[in-house]
Amino acid sequence: MNFLTMNIPLNITSTIHDWIYSIMPETAASITIMVLIAVAYLALFAVAGLYLVLLERKVAAWFQLRLGPNRVGPWGLFQTIADALKLVSKELTSNDRIDKFLYNLAPYFVIVSTLIGISVFPFSKQFQAFDINIGLFFLIAVSSIGVIGILVGGWASNNKFALIGAMRSGLQTISYELSVGLSILTMVLLTGTLQLSQIVEVQRTGGWLILQGHIPAIIAFCIFMIAGTAETNRAPFDLVEAESELGAGFHTEYSGMKFAYFFLAEFINMFIIASIAVVLFFGGWLSPFGITDGITWFPEVFWFLIKVLVIIFLMMWFRWTFPRLRVDQLLTLEWKYLLPLNLANLMLMAVIIWMNWTI
Amino acid sequence: MSYFSDIYNGIKTLITGMKVTGGYFIHARKGSLTQQYPDNRETLKMFDRFRGEVVMPHDKNNQHRCTGCQSCEIACPNGSIEIIWDRQVDPETGKKKKMIDKHVYHLSMCTMCGLCIEACPTDAIVWAQNYENSVYYRSYLTKTLNQPGSTVQAGVED
Amino acid sequence: MTDQEVKNKIKTEEYFVNMGPQHPAAHGVLRLLLTIDGEIVKNVEPDLGYIHRSIEKMCERDSYQQIVHLTDRMDYLSSNINNEAVCLAVEKALEIEVSDRVKVIRTIISELTRIASHCLWWGVMGMDLGALTTYFYAFRDREMVNDIFEETCGARLTMNYNAPGGLMYDIHPNFVKRTKDFIKHFKTKIPEYDRLLTGNIIFQKRTKGVGVLTKEDAISYGVTGPVGRGSGFSCDVRKHHTYSAYDRVDFKEALLTEGDTFARYQVRIMELWESISIIEQLIDNIPEGSVKEPTKAVIKLPKGEFYQRVETARGELGVYINSTGTKNPYRVKFRSPGFSNLSVLNHIAKGSKIADLVATMASFDFVIPDIDR
Repeated sequence: MNFLTMNIPLNITSTIHDWIYSIMPETAASITIMVLIAVAYLALFAVAGLYLVLLERKVAAWFQLRLGPNRVGPWGLFQTIADALKLVSKELTSNDRIDKFLYNLAPYFVIVSTLIGISVFPFSKQFQAFDINIGLFFLIAVSSIGVIGILVGGWASNNKFALIGAMRSGLQTISYELSVGLSILTMVLLTGTLQLSQIVEVQRTGGWLILQGHIPAIIAFCIFMIAGTAETNRAPFDLVEAESELGAGFHTEYSGMKFAYFFLAEFINMFIIASIAVVLFFGGWLSPFGITDGITWFPEVFWFLIKVLVIIFLMMWFRWTFPRLRVDQLLTLEWKYLLPLNLANLMLMAVIIWMNWTI
Repeated sequence: MSYFSDIYNGIKTLITGMKVTGGYFIHARKGSLTQQYPDNRETLKMFDRFRGEVVMPHDKNNQHRCTGCQSCEIACPNGSIEIIWDRQVDPETGKKKKMIDKHVYHLSMCTMCGLCIEACPTDAIVWAQNYENSVYYRSYLTKTLNQPGSTVQAGVED
Repeated sequence: MTDQEVKNKIKTEEYFVNMGPQHPAAHGVLRLLLTIDGEIVKNVEPDLGYIHRSIEKMCERDSYQQIVHLTDRMDYLSSNINNEAVCLAVEKALEIEVSDRVKVIRTIISELTRIASHCLWWGVMGMDLGALTTYFYAFRDREMVNDIFEETCGARLTMNYNAPGGLMYDIHPNFVKRTKDFIKHFKTKIPEYDRLLTGNIIFQKRTKGVGVLTKEDAISYGVTGPVGRGSGFSCDVRKHHTYSAYDRVDFKEALLTEGDTFARYQVRIMELWESISIIEQLIDNIPEGSVKEPTKAVIKLPKGEFYQRVETARGELGVYINSTGTKNPYRVKFRSPGFSNLSVLNHIAKGSKIADLVATMASFDFVIPDIDR
C-alpha cells in the first residue's frame, strides 16, 4: 500500500483557501472563509456532542451488565438523532417570575465559551482554525467564561434548588481552575512555549511529554485528570446536578432546546479537557513510535481522535464507579491536597529541567 | 507523613473499585443480562407455578369441572370472583340441583393470592402463565371463565 | 468587626425546602419538610400518609386465612417474613404445633428474603450516594433469589406462601439445588461489593461520623433492627424471642457500637454473611413431614389478645390480634419497624448537611408502605 500513489488531495485547506481567494474580492473571501470554518465547527460540535452522548450511554450500559440503546438504527447509532429531534420539538416552559433576559441569555454563555474553546485545537498539521502564540493561556481564560452561564442560569430561574445548585457549581469551578492551570503550567515548563502547534512539534522530536518529564509529568497528569473532571461537573464531583439530592440542579427550569445547550456543552467540555490532556501529555496528532508520520492528514486526525476517546473513556469510568463527594470534602480535596501537591510538583519539574534530567 | 500515606491508601482503594467495574466492562458481551423482550416471545417460558391469571381448563368435549359450589367466592378476600348459579334439572338423575351459569372473574381486582385455587374442591380453576394482560378498555378485564355452551364433567361431585 | 457582629448585621433567613413526595432519594412517598440555613439542616419534619391503605381496617373484615395476603404489601421487601408473623400469631392462638419441615422451610425462605432485601438496600445506598452501578449489580443477585421464589411460590414480590397451619403447598423439587447454586454464587459477590463500595475512600468519608445515634437514644426511641444494632442495642428478635427453626442454628448477632452510618452499613453486610451461614446449615437436611396441619375451613380464634414478633429486614415487626371469638378479628395492629426508626431522624439530622441527610436516610433503609400501612 503506497499512499503516495493514491489520489488523496494532500493540502485540503490551502487548496480551498486559494480557490476562494481566486473567485472573490479580498474582504468577501476572508469573510467567506471565516463563515465556512464556523459552520464546520458548529457541525463538529453538534455531531461530536450527539455521538458522545450515545457513547456515554453505551459505555454506561456495558459497565452495568446491560446493552445500551440498540433499537434505533444498528447499534443504536440513530438514537441521538431521535433525541435531538425530540428536544428541538419540545415546548420551552418557564415560570412567569423568572428574569427573562438573564434566563434566555444563560445557555449562550456556555455554548459560546465551549465553541471558542474547541477552535484552538490542532486536529492535524493543517486542521487548526486559530493558531495563536498564547494558545493555552487563551484556552484557560475562555473556559472560565462558562461558569458565568451556570450562575446566571441558576439565579434567573427563581427556584431555590436551582440557586443552591448554581452556587455550588460556581465555587467548585473557581477552585479547580487553579489546579488545572498549575498542572498545565508544569508541562509548559518543559515545552517552553504556549502555542499548541509548537507543543506538538516539541513532542515530535523529543518523544511524548509524559515520557520526557517522567515523574513530575505523571503526577501532573493525575492532578490534571482529577481537576479536569471537577471542572466539567462530572462525577464524582457532580453535586451540582446531583440527581438524588435536589431535583436537577441549576437546569431544573430549563427544557427543550435550552436544556440541550447545557447538556451538549457539558459533553463538549469533556472533549476539551481530554484534548488538552492529549495535546499536552500524549503527543497531539502524532502516532506512537512515529509509524505513520508524514502521510497526509487522515492518520493524524485518526490518532488524535483515538487518544481523545481513550481519555474520555477514562472519565466515564470514573463517573460510573465512584460515589459523589460532599461540598466541603470537595473543597478540602482541592485546597489541602491538590494545591500543595501541585506547587511541589512545579518546583520538582523546575529542578529536573535545570539539572537536565529529562529524557 | 500520614498525609502521604493517606493519599496513597486512598488512591489504592479507588483503583480497586475501578478494577471491579473494569472487569465487568471487558466481559460485557457475555455478562449482560438484557433480554430483548418483544423479540424473544417464542422462547420465553415462565415457571410452572407462576401466578399469571386464573383460568378454567376445558377438555376437548368443552367440559369443565366447576360445580358452582361457591367455595372460591367465599375464599376470595376482595370479591374478585362472582358465581352466578341457578337451580336446574340435572339431565342424569332428574332432580333439581345447583348448577353454574357464569363464573365471573374480575382480573382488575385480583391480588393473585391463590386462595381460590386452594379452596376449590374439584380443581376446576388453575393458574395460567400469561403475563401480558394489558388492555385498552377496563371492561375487557372482567372475564367469564366458563366458555359458552360448556357443561360439567360427569362424576365430578364425588 | 467580630464574627458575631457580622452575623448580627447581615440578616440571613432560614428557608423551607420540601423534599417532596416525589423525589429520587426518598424511598417511596415520604414528604420531609426541611428547614435549612445555607447548607445546614435545622429541622426535619416528616409528613406521612401518602400511601395509607387502611390495611388494619381491611383485616377486620377478612377471615384469618385472608389477612395473610394483605401483609405482603406492607413491607414488600420482606413479604415472606410478614406472612410468617401473622401465621405464627394465629398458630399461637390456636395452639397448633407445626411440623419440623414447615419450620425449617419457613426459616430458609425468610433468610432468602432477608438477603434479597439487603441486596436491594445495598444497591440503593450506592445509588443515593452517587455510585450508580451498584444498583445493577445488586439487582443481578436479587434476580436469582426472585427466580428461586418464582419457581416455588409462584410470585416474585408478594409471595403469599405461608398459611395458618403451615405452607400452602410443598416446595418445588428444584428448590434445594437452586438455593445451593445461589449461595455458591453469592459468596463470591459479597467481597466484590466490599471492593467496590465499602473500601472506597470517598464512601468512607461520606459515611463515617455521619448521623451518629447513641445507644441511649436508640433504646428510648424504640429503634430496632440494623439501625439499633449499629448503635450497640442488642435487639435481634431471632435471639431473644426465638421462633421457627432459629433455635437450632448457630449464628452471631451483628453488633457494633459507633452508631454512625458506616456502622449501620457494616451491620447489614455482616447480616448478609450470617444469613448465608444459616441457610447453609439448614439446606442440606430438610426433615420430612407434613406441609400443612389440618385446620377447620372457618378458623375461629378463642377470645383474647395475641402478640407475635419477628425480625424483618428492617427491624422488629409485631402483630397484635384481638379476637372476640368470631371468624373475623376484632382488631389487628402491626407495630412497624420503620415508624419507630423514622421518629429518630429529626434528632440525629439536626446540624448536618443535606448530603449527610441523604446518606443517613439511605442507611436507615425506609420502606414507606411499611410506615404508612
